[in-house]
Amino acid sequence: MTQTMKRRIQTGVLYALILCVVVLSIFPFYYAVLSSFRSGTELFSSSLVPDFSTIDNYIGIFTAQPFGTNILNSIIVATSVVVLSLFIAVTASYALARISFRGRGLLLMTILSVSMFPQVAILSGMFELIRALGVYNSLPGLIIPNTVLTLPFTVWVLTTFMRELPKELEEAALVDGASSWTIVRRVFLPLMWPALVTTGLLAFIAAWNEFLFALTFTLSNDVRTVPVAIALMSGASEFELPWGRIMAASVVVTVPIVVLVLVFQRKIVAGLTAGAVKG
Amino acid sequence: MTLRQTLLATAVLSFASFGSAAAVELNISCGTVGKGQELCKEAVAEWEAKTGHTVNVISVPTSTTDQLALYQQILGSGSDDIDVFEVDVIWPGILGSHLLDLSPYTNGAEEDHFDAIIENNTYQGKLVAMPSYTDAGLLYYRKDLLEKYDLPEPTTWQELADTAKTIQDAEREAGNEKMWGFVYQAKAYEGLTCDALEWIDSFNGGSIVNAEGDITVNNPNAVEALDLAATWIGTIAPEGVLNYQEEDSRGVFQSGNAVFMRNWPYAWALSQSEDSPVKGKVGVMALPKGGEDGKQTGALGGWQLAVSKYTKNPEEAADLVMWLTRKDEQKRRAIEGSYNPTIVSLYDDPEILEAAPFIGQLQDTFSNAVARPSRATGANYNKVSNAFYNTVHEILSGKTDAEAGLADLERDLKRIKRRGW
Amino acid sequence: MTLALSASGAGKKSAHKSKLTSDRIRSAWLFLSPMLITLAVVAGWPLLRTIWLGFTDANLSDLSRTTFIGLENYYVTFDGEAYGLLVDPDWWNAVWNTIWFTVVSVGLETIFGMFIALVLNAEFRGRGFVRAAVLIPWAIPTVVSAQMWGWMLHDQFGVLNEILLTIGLISQPIAWTADPDTAMWAVIMVDVWKTTPFMALLILAGLQMLPGDIYEAARVDGVHPVRVFFKVTLPLIKPALMVAIIFRALDALRIFDLIYVLTSNSADTMSMSVYARQQLVDFQEVGYGSAAATLLFLIVAVMTTITLMAGNVKLSEGPQS
Repeated sequence: MTQTMKRRIQTGVLYALILCVVVLSIFPFYYAVLSSFRSGTELFSSSLVPDFSTIDNYIGIFTAQPFGTNILNSIIVATSVVVLSLFIAVTASYALARISFRGRGLLLMTILSVSMFPQVAILSGMFELIRALGVYNSLPGLIIPNTVLTLPFTVWVLTTFMRELPKELEEAALVDGASSWTIVRRVFLPLMWPALVTTGLLAFIAAWNEFLFALTFTLSNDVRTVPVAIALMSGASEFELPWGRIMAASVVVTVPIVVLVLVFQRKIVAGLTAGAVKG
Repeated sequence: MTLRQTLLATAVLSFASFGSAAAVELNISCGTVGKGQELCKEAVAEWEAKTGHTVNVISVPTSTTDQLALYQQILGSGSDDIDVFEVDVIWPGILGSHLLDLSPYTNGAEEDHFDAIIENNTYQGKLVAMPSYTDAGLLYYRKDLLEKYDLPEPTTWQELADTAKTIQDAEREAGNEKMWGFVYQAKAYEGLTCDALEWIDSFNGGSIVNAEGDITVNNPNAVEALDLAATWIGTIAPEGVLNYQEEDSRGVFQSGNAVFMRNWPYAWALSQSEDSPVKGKVGVMALPKGGEDGKQTGALGGWQLAVSKYTKNPEEAADLVMWLTRKDEQKRRAIEGSYNPTIVSLYDDPEILEAAPFIGQLQDTFSNAVARPSRATGANYNKVSNAFYNTVHEILSGKTDAEAGLADLERDLKRIKRRGW
Repeated sequence: MTLALSASGAGKKSAHKSKLTSDRIRSAWLFLSPMLITLAVVAGWPLLRTIWLGFTDANLSDLSRTTFIGLENYYVTFDGEAYGLLVDPDWWNAVWNTIWFTVVSVGLETIFGMFIALVLNAEFRGRGFVRAAVLIPWAIPTVVSAQMWGWMLHDQFGVLNEILLTIGLISQPIAWTADPDTAMWAVIMVDVWKTTPFMALLILAGLQMLPGDIYEAARVDGVHPVRVFFKVTLPLIKPALMVAIIFRALDALRIFDLIYVLTSNSADTMSMSVYARQQLVDFQEVGYGSAAATLLFLIVAVMTTITLMAGNVKLSEGPQS
């Protein structure tokens, strides 16, 4: 009896906490959805009741500019960045985590130091490089610098995860004379799913949201990515902010991420084995 | 092959080769915002049809600071990615070294424009930009509220403060809790430089640095102006004004929650839009004088067109600039988009006056607008402006008083000046 | 005889082993090469260039006329007055702002992130939906969410003041981003809101790679869950947690866009990156700004090293047996 009571209270508390977290997380998004259905002076109202009075904002973002192309660009860039950086990072982190060689610590620090410069400081050097490579104002011109942005992070995370896996795993394979590449592919990859999906997702979002490079390295609307397209949306006059459209665009671009999470969350769960923490 | 065919083929060939040799492709950034960009695109299309060249209109960030950053990046690397730029009135000194001297291409057209603006666009003796339109700070007020309380349009800042206070208190008494007297732009950014310069200039306190490059900001008139402005925060202006830009103040004013607003001309059309709660209740006038012997003034804004020094097609680019800034085009822009022309004679044009009475009414404000010291301080202008608006921001938020603040500012400016601007 | 044989056998075995080891090391470098090449080519040049420019008087108006001026950007005396970054009060103000911001926001994000990860790790109905919902703040582009919050924090028509007024927590609207006392807290709040999902997701991934049998054993032994958390969970996920903290701290120390959009160049909230950007872009002082960026880099490096040492992270540690 008391046991069931206790369990019920625990469940109740758990759901209350979940509710809090969810409300706090999505409230600003809810507000964005509200604003996206408002126009003109209505936008200055702080009412929380949805009114859905106009869908002009949604029509506007797709007709006034190539927003569909922008979304496609973002998807291409972010996906390429994820694939590239995961590929490079998996091989590198296998070496860093499982093979002991001199200078490993130093190497890890050096990789980390790439993330220690403010983006704005490397902007002009990167700009020259992008122009020298001849990829200015093109999608590869965004993929390359973004990969460098996400790489240190992915390498570090994957290295940590690989290091945590027990030594016996590869020893058996080594005795069988398997090559390092086979070990990575056959032994580690299947175990790394949660880490791969998580880092991939975070890298995807980072590339999806990247703004400064995307703004500086593109000129024409049809190679621009979503954040730049949103930031460049303009009102009818100089100081006017097209709030409704910006919100509509934000809602539109957040949806793919949510879908992505819903699709991949099975994979995140796949790492979950029988005895996970229970309430 | 008959003779006719041969002739035809030759003609086609020569025409084709002529075409490919002459037709160039230009990139232009003009009008980042709706109406302005639309007008620009139309004019560009006309020029394309006339000359056979191709022009891509590029969209750039709406924030002027971000625009400048992007342009500096592109010009700083000597890239020819954008041929024609739209530049703010304070940029010729900053970007000047990367811009082409337009005087060989103007045929004297610059003489029709306001002298002050042409002078502003001259960098080291070179005309680096042609004016496209001009702007000045204006005072918006609620006609209906002034009538309701039977108060006159204020002529001095003190009167404005008193009127604002009276109406604000009375309206709050009547249940309009959110009512404020005066909203403007006091966030620590370029807009505050404009606002504060207007206050100081209206008290005859000069324009921070004079034309000869001497630092003049630390004077009793400027102290008086800023001390007065500091009393507004929390009394007639909400404390949040310290983080307001143009749109924040417009939001408050247009929702009907402010008696006065300082803003640029763009706010006029918006306040008259269909869904505006203050439609038909708004009046516009020049900003008040400092004191009895002060003067009416407004900060000079506006945009110019300039050509990159690194362009591959300087002739065509300059021709495009001349096309976009010529008299007919400025007239069209004034009529269709209420952009204030920079050509003096257009202020008497009956068609413009009919379409936008506003423009003629405030001609004095536009021609007497006070320029920010961007010419005198050249490439150091942004540092000067930054030091200035930070000081003013501190004075307004009560961290320091005007006398001490301006003395500090003078020392900071001297540090910036060091060996000269 | 037997002795010699076994000795030779051992020698053969170790020779085999060392060949294996050197093979492994060779393949390690082979595996590392794509990353090293990418980083060297794409990141190397801009980074070294920034450090170099820090020793010059480069100005954006004419980059071709750049001369080497040694340490003058850092410290120089001129006419009896000291100039340079090391004596610039604005710079040190930015440094302290950044450090304060980093410590508070990363601290809060770690606590909240851990909490959310534990919740998400539990089994309940609708977990997939909650996971997606929690990630939303991280998924909205910073440029947009900063503007969105700027709007919600607006003193006159912001929804936050509206709510607080309605439930009676405050008696009159607060100018969140304008008031020097609240501006930094507003920035911290938005940052915590935005990046907690990042922390939570990384910690969650760590939690899910934990072996389940430990918990089974703890449960059978009747150990209190809180004790299990501190004695078992925390030590086990520490490596993953440290990596998450380090990368969050690196981002926080370089914070730029959020502050820039919410409060722009205001001195109350100016961070090191905002300062560097102001010098590089607004003031065109490429040399001085690069020097600031280099100093920022050094400060970040020192702080990272301290964090790594404090967290007892061994960089050259091998796989656990």
